[in-house]
Amino acid sequence: MGERERRGAPPFGGNFVSRAEVMDADQIRRAVKRMAHEIVERNGGLANVVIIGLQTGGVEPAIHLAEALEAIEGSRPPLGTVDVAFHRDDIGLRPVLPEAPTDIPVELNGMTVVLVDDVLFTGRTVRAALDALNDFGRPQAVQLAVMIDRGHRELPVRADYVGKNLPTSRAEAVSVTMQSVEIGEMVK
Amino acid sequence: MNHLLSIDELSEADLREVLRITPTFAEVAQRRIAKVPALRGQTVALLFYEDSTRTRLSFEVAAKRLSADTLNVSVKTSSVNKGESLRDTAETIEAMGIDAVVVRHRSSGVPWQLTKWVDAAVVNAGDGWHQHPTQALLDCFTLQQKLGDLSGSHILMVGDIKHSRVARSNVSALTMLGAEVTLVAPPTLLPPAIHTWPVRTSHDLDKALATADGVYLLRMQSERQNEALIPDLREYTTLYGLTAERAAKLDPTVPIMHPGPMNRGVEIAADVPDLDQVIVVDQVRNGVAVRMAVLFLLLGSGGSDLPPNAAPQAVLV
Repeated sequence: MGERERRGAPPFGGNFVSRAEVMDADQIRRAVKRMAHEIVERNGGLANVVIIGLQTGGVEPAIHLAEALEAIEGSRPPLGTVDVAFHRDDIGLRPVLPEAPTDIPVELNGMTVVLVDDVLFTGRTVRAALDALNDFGRPQAVQLAVMIDRGHRELPVRADYVGKNLPTSRAEAVSVTMQSVEIGEMVK
Repeated sequence: MNHLLSIDELSEADLREVLRITPTFAEVAQRRIAKVPALRGQTVALLFYEDSTRTRLSFEVAAKRLSADTLNVSVKTSSVNKGESLRDTAETIEAMGIDAVVVRHRSSGVPWQLTKWVDAAVVNAGDGWHQHPTQALLDCFTLQQKLGDLSGSHILMVGDIKHSRVARSNVSALTMLGAEVTLVAPPTLLPPAIHTWPVRTSHDLDKALATADGVYLLRMQSERQNEALIPDLREYTTLYGLTAERAAKLDPTVPIMHPGPMNRGVEIAADVPDLDQVIVVDQVRNGVAVRMAVLFLLLGSGGSDLPPNAAPQAVLV
C-alpha cells in the first residue's frame, strides 16, 4: 500500500534472509583501515580530499573511513552526504523516495571527492551521485570507495577502493553494517 | 496517493511522511544549481480560476525545481472567457498530454470533480471554502520547525473561520499531529457545524493568547463577505486583530503566522509583521519545498499511496 512497504516488496526487495557471514567486525575494521591508507597514498595526503557518503548505506562507512583517515593523518577530512533520489534513472519505473537531505559542507570546486557506498552493484546509484555532485561544483577528481563490490555492472563504473570483492549471483542480496557483511536472499 | 484533494483523505502516516521528506526538497533550493532532474519530461498544468500570487508561483517554482514543464492557464485570457466549461477546459489540456493539474476554483469540490474527467493527478490549490491542503502541509512543516513535535501544543487560529479553506485544512492537519486548536472568532464568523470540529472556540482573544504556543491569523475575506457578518472592520480589529499591544504581550518565542495576503491594519496591525516572531516568509519558503514533495510523491515516486512512516529498509541490494 504505502511507498516504503511497496519498495520493500519484490522485485524491489523484501526481507533479507542471511545465508552466510562473509566479513566480521574485525575484518571490516581492517578493510576500512587499508582503504584509508590507500586514499592517503593515492592522493599524497588529505589536502583537498572530501569524503561523501551516499544516503543511506554509505553514510556509516563514510564516517568510519573519515575516522580512520584522522587516525593516520591527524586531521579529519570534511565529511558530507548525498541523496541521489532525484537523479535516479529509474524514477517512474520503481518507487523512489528521498531518504535524507544532501549535506555537502565545503565548496567542491577543485577538491578530490571520495564517494563512499556500502555495495557496488549495477553502478546506477554511482551514476546518479556523479550527476548530483554536478549541482555543487566541479571537483578536481571523484574517486569511489565501496565496502563490497559484488559485480553485475550495467554502466562503465569502477571502484578505486574496495573493501572486499564478493562474487554473487544477481538473485542474491548483500547486507552491510559495520559489524558484519552477510550474503543471502530477499524473501517476500 | 493519486491525487491530493483534502487533508482528510490523508492518513496520519501519510501526513508525517510528507513532513519527513520535505527537508530533502528544501535542501535542493540551497544548491548552487537549484534544480534536479526528478520530473524531467513531465508536465504540470496550473489551472487557476481564482486570483492567486503566492500559491501559483509556489507551485510553478516547485515544478520547475524538479525539472517539470509548467503550463499556466490564466483564466482571464483563456477561452473560459468565451464561456468554455470547466470540463471542456480540462479535457483540452488533458489532450495536450499533462501529468498533473493544479487547480484553484471558487467552488468547493471542483478538484474532486476533475478527477472524474482527467487521468492526470489532481492537486487542490484551494476550492471555495472547502480545503487548501498544501497550505496546511506547509503550515505544519513551518510550525514543526519552530516548535518541534506539535503534540500537545496549543495553536490559535484567529479570524474568519467560516469562509476559510485554510482553517479547515489546518484544523484537520494540526489535530492529526496532536496539536490542540482553539478557534478565535466572532460567533458570526464560525461555521454552523462548528460543534462537529475537534477544536475549542473562544470569543476572547486576549485570554486565548495567554496560553498560545502559536498564533495563526486568517485574512478577512472581503471578496466573500456579501452578508454583514461583522459590524465594521474597526470593531473587528479592536476585538480580534493582533494589535501592537497584543503582540507586545506575547512571548517572543510564539510564532505568528498568516497565509497571506495580509490586510495590514485589519487582522494584523501595520507594524506587527516586522517582528522577528512573524514567520510569514518561512511559510512562503517552505511552501515551495512542501509542494515539491507533493508533486514528487504524485509523479515521481512510483505512484499510488503515500508511504507510511515505516523504518527504512535495512538492506540495500
